[in-house]
Amino acid sequence: MALSGRRTRADMLQRLAPWARSAEAVVLPVLALLTGLLVFALFLLAVGKSPVQFYQLVYLGAFGSGFSWQNTLSRASPLLLAALCVALPARLGLVVIGGEGAIVLGGVAAAGVAMLLGDVSAAIALPLLAIAGAVAGGLWIGAVGAMRHYRGVNETIASLLMAYVAIALMNHLVEGPLRDPASLNKPSTLALDADFRVGLIPEIGVHWGLLVGVIACVLSWVLIERTTWGFAARIAGGNLRAAQVQGLAVGRLVVAFTALGGAFAGLAGMFEVAAVHGSANASLAAGYGYTAILVAFLARHNPLVIIPVAIMLAGFEASSGLIQRRMGLPDATVLVLQGFVFIAILVSETLYGRLRMFNPERWSRP
Amino acid sequence: MSHSNSFPRRRFLQSTAGLAGLGALGMLPIASAHAAAITVGFVYVGPKDDFGYNQAHAEGAAAVRKMEGVTVIEEENVAETVDVQNTLESMIRFDGATLLFPTSFGYFDPHILALAPKYPDLRFQHCGGLWSADKHPRNVGSYFGYIGMGQYLNGVAAGHATKSRKIGFVAAKPIPQVLLNVNSFLLGARSVDPTITCQVIFTGEWSMAVREAEATNALADQGCDVITCHVDGPKVVIETAAARNCFVCGYHADQSALAPARYLTGAEWNWASVYTAMVKSMQAGEAIPNFVRGGLAESFIKMSPLGPAVPEAGRAQFEATRARILAGGFSAFTGPMKDNRGNEIVSAGQAFKESDVELESMNYLVEGVIGSTA
Repeated sequence: MALSGRRTRADMLQRLAPWARSAEAVVLPVLALLTGLLVFALFLLAVGKSPVQFYQLVYLGAFGSGFSWQNTLSRASPLLLAALCVALPARLGLVVIGGEGAIVLGGVAAAGVAMLLGDVSAAIALPLLAIAGAVAGGLWIGAVGAMRHYRGVNETIASLLMAYVAIALMNHLVEGPLRDPASLNKPSTLALDADFRVGLIPEIGVHWGLLVGVIACVLSWVLIERTTWGFAARIAGGNLRAAQVQGLAVGRLVVAFTALGGAFAGLAGMFEVAAVHGSANASLAAGYGYTAILVAFLARHNPLVIIPVAIMLAGFEASSGLIQRRMGLPDATVLVLQGFVFIAILVSETLYGRLRMFNPERWSRP
Repeated sequence: MSHSNSFPRRRFLQSTAGLAGLGALGMLPIASAHAAAITVGFVYVGPKDDFGYNQAHAEGAAAVRKMEGVTVIEEENVAETVDVQNTLESMIRFDGATLLFPTSFGYFDPHILALAPKYPDLRFQHCGGLWSADKHPRNVGSYFGYIGMGQYLNGVAAGHATKSRKIGFVAAKPIPQVLLNVNSFLLGARSVDPTITCQVIFTGEWSMAVREAEATNALADQGCDVITCHVDGPKVVIETAAARNCFVCGYHADQSALAPARYLTGAEWNWASVYTAMVKSMQAGEAIPNFVRGGLAESFIKMSPLGPAVPEAGRAQFEATRARILAGGFSAFTGPMKDNRGNEIVSAGQAFKESDVELESMNYLVEGVIGSTA
């Protein structure tokens, strides 16, 4: 009797084991998020503001109405694509933080190609603009990967510095060779033909870049988790020497993953031009590439998780205005909140594998 | 959309007819009912305490806040992206704003132009001056001020303060509004001494403190002893220049508190006067013109009080020049005038007043300015 009881318990534990592992990946970040929100609430109390009112406003501004959702999703849309520029190279163990450069150049390339196109239909023009943006971004970040692999240049510093170069290059092009002479006080390229503009998704009121971003995240997840390329990349990211010993083409993997990440960021720039601004100008350097670093790290470089994380951070930003206006808090408040959440999630990283309940191999031990 | 059909159309017609009748009799106080509650939204591209562009607008908003029957809402650090569209729409939907002042130049096209048609009953007032009747919505207005004249007066004060006869200008981008200020600053100084030169350095960005400090130091290293600027927040330039024992002229807002002994004067926006006037006409139910411009005489701009470092002769010429500008018809750009590459830009007998449109597409630096537009 006792024996069979032990066996059923062992069976049950065995069946729970895979769930425990998955639960770790969900419970830890959610707890970390809640901890961050809680610590921030204490911070608010310390400055004499009501955390309850604060979180009510965050909800109202971010998700409380149809317009709030539109506000949030429109801010999330460039973050989805830009975060992939961090997450994809990260699977190879590379920390690329210069996606801003790819966004900016992707936008300029799309605007430049649009100026070359004459009387073509949107069905031809839009794919061409998208390709232009993706190629520009892909070349820029792919170069970072190539320098890393073939010349040993640190990809973190190189990508950041190249973002500054990209912004300078954009300013030069927009204020010089590509400038629309009629854009007097805000130098811009020629406005895109109305036919070449990307419209809004009906009912949602956010441009189609949002849907493209979601699809890109899903495809990236499939690439990493369900293909041999992704498997090879994960091996190389886990142990570079082991991958090389196995005969994996690490150099090609590094260049391909950085280029693909850059291509997605460049696509984000193309949508900024074709869906939001209508031309390329200095407003392209709006910092999406930097917020995206936060998104990717919070998502632990899992492309599927990028989607909810981007929506959450965009929601914080969407509510920032209401918080400024209703509570008299400075606009940096939301940045502080993001900082608290970021630190809490980073700290939670150290807990993976340490908590007994999530690690079946430690269950048998006393 | 089916719910819109449930509106009792017949009753609407009846009440409208009734209201029209009352209105015709002059018995319905439409205007004062309107004045009872108006919410005005101000949106800034940077921090509203930047000692510069945004602070000037925020001071205008503060003046509006003191008016009766007005609620003012503000938001700072709003990027010239879809963010500003969302911010404006949030002010409209959550706070009921009916008059909006998105104050940054880059908010206009495409953001204000995209949003305004969605809210035809609300008014969008944009600082910069691009509105044109055949291209833009009727509920959008543009306003701007002739602040070049303020930089001309800065130049007069600078011309009297400089010993090296070299003055300096830290500029953001080589666009018409900035070039007009650089040229006006030099021309003001040359009205004192025609041998004065002005070195200009473009930082390439509206707000980049490190480059602004580097540019200011570079100007001081080259012997410039009076420095002014046209960047969003002049704080760094003013403090750096004063620390290098240069005299300074302010821009956008009053920066005298940053360098009391070295501050000569400054070209300031007077948005308090402009905004209170606009809100007043909105309260009275009058239409705000879609295209508004003004200078010193119309109280769109003002000068900081002269600092202690301006010599007596300088004060006299400064006041005399200000009086001429206030009287109207003054032109700083009188022919014959050449740019700094030797091309004639104003021919003999020609003169451009502050309101002349030719000045709005300026793409040159006048003779005496050391620097290049590209």
